[in-house]
Amino acid sequence: MKVLVPIKRVIDANVKVRVKADKSGVELTNVKMAMNPFCEIGVEEAVRMKEAGTASEIVVVSAGGAQSQETIRTALAMGADRGIVIQSDVALEPLGVAKLLKAVVEKESAELVILGKQAIDGDNNQTGQMLAALLGWAQGTFVSKIAIEDGVLKATREVDGGLETVALKMPCVLTVDLRLNQPRYASLPNIMKAKKKQIDTLSPEDLGVDVTPRLTVVQVVEPASRKAGVKVASVAELVDKLKNEAKVI
Amino acid sequence: MSVLIVAEHDNAGLKPATLNTVTAAGQVGGDIVLLIAGTDCAAAAAAAAKVAGVAKVLVADAPEYATMLAENLAPLIVKLAPDYSHILAPATTFGKNLLPRAAALLDVQQISDISGIVDADTFVRPIYAGNAEATVKSGDAIKVVTIRATAFDPAPEDGGSAATETVEGTGDSGLSTFVGQELTKSERPELTTAGIVISGGRGMQSGENFAMLERIADKLGAAVGASRAAVDAGFVPNDYQVGQTGKVVAPELYIAIGISGAIQHLAGMKDSKVIVAINKDEEAPIFQVADYGLVADLFQAVPELEKELG
Repeated sequence: MKVLVPIKRVIDANVKVRVKADKSGVELTNVKMAMNPFCEIGVEEAVRMKEAGTASEIVVVSAGGAQSQETIRTALAMGADRGIVIQSDVALEPLGVAKLLKAVVEKESAELVILGKQAIDGDNNQTGQMLAALLGWAQGTFVSKIAIEDGVLKATREVDGGLETVALKMPCVLTVDLRLNQPRYASLPNIMKAKKKQIDTLSPEDLGVDVTPRLTVVQVVEPASRKAGVKVASVAELVDKLKNEAKVI
Repeated sequence: MSVLIVAEHDNAGLKPATLNTVTAAGQVGGDIVLLIAGTDCAAAAAAAAKVAGVAKVLVADAPEYATMLAENLAPLIVKLAPDYSHILAPATTFGKNLLPRAAALLDVQQISDISGIVDADTFVRPIYAGNAEATVKSGDAIKVVTIRATAFDPAPEDGGSAATETVEGTGDSGLSTFVGQELTKSERPELTTAGIVISGGRGMQSGENFAMLERIADKLGAAVGASRAAVDAGFVPNDYQVGQTGKVVAPELYIAIGISGAIQHLAGMKDSKVIVAINKDEEAPIFQVADYGLVADLFQAVPELEKELG
């Protein structure tokens, strides 16, 4: 089974995000970038499937600037087989990315697509569901457990009240949640090996996809900040303040 | 202009976030139509018809909607969409799972998890774990939008008398089936709608220690939450998680116990009215957003708090 894992390059989760002075977006120059943490979980799951003999080949795809190559190298070092960069100078939206991925899935005849449930930059949580819709495939979103039996994939999903299990006809699209696995660190020999793995570059035009944005960003600002309050000296003082000052208990 | 709300319900009644979505729809303007798609969902439809501000309720009562599978519901939304300028759903796991699938079929770029409405085409939404706020304008003919429930008050459950109309189901897609669910059983209020939330972090050290928080929760009528660190450590299930990738809460009172206050956690609770933090690390970032901070060992302070609350 060929598995496709779309991944995104985002600002490192530990970096404090700064809004640009002209309100056009957030500052990306000279900021540490990394693979979106949920995409790492997706790569890890695919690698485990290959180790278990369920997956035959893992292709990672990233759409964005030329530097997405670096993120693909990270995934190759974790154990993916080859990469595809879809290079675009236009800022991509989830719908556009889903259309690009659909074209790649068809070109590659992939049988399973594993994505992160959301990217921690735009926090959209859309691409996997959109890709499943465009392909006409089943979707398993926010997945924390996967089992494949007789051409049916059982996915356990993290939902608001607890867990839900669905059986999906294959091929299908999965979006993964954080408890699915703990991604590995790439070893040095694997990092060296990854340098020799193949990365192809495509453009939206090559794939025949129009990625013209549908949304206009009017402005990006810092949210209203919350002021630090007071320190209390004891539990008794805390309870008194909550009762008599804040009046919330 | 008219707004179609894909209601979240359990066939017997509406889920609370649906009411917040009605308020958001009111800010968009135009007639508000609630879609109740389910199986034996007459009770939920009756509840929907009573909600203040709702003009019409569409009822799709069919076996394929019993378990709210996105593969079955999305075609129904697509079928109804041409009559509406806006399609809204709450940004719960229900709405997050379903609405992008419908949006893609409609060739619309969805706008997720909005916290504000500027006008019928323009919406405000948090990005980067709430560290920035983007205002975006949609150029699509139909706007498909999910609503951050905590950013809008719930619409009154009574006062409306909407007409009910039946719509045909769209059949089973044959793509997916529901196998089962394991819901967290709790007598406590739901995390996202509770008036008081008490959450524990990595400082709790174990799942057993969450019993201390549960006892306080029971005294206050509060819900129990957790930081991602506590979930990652296996102390509590993921549906306790408050934060960027978990739930967003905005109670009257949020009590953070042994939570350092990573930006990803703050994203899920910083709109709470009053924030209390108990942490032994004086430098913990949680104190930068707390109205009342207590620097103390939680294993002493929490039992003391329980006693003080009587």
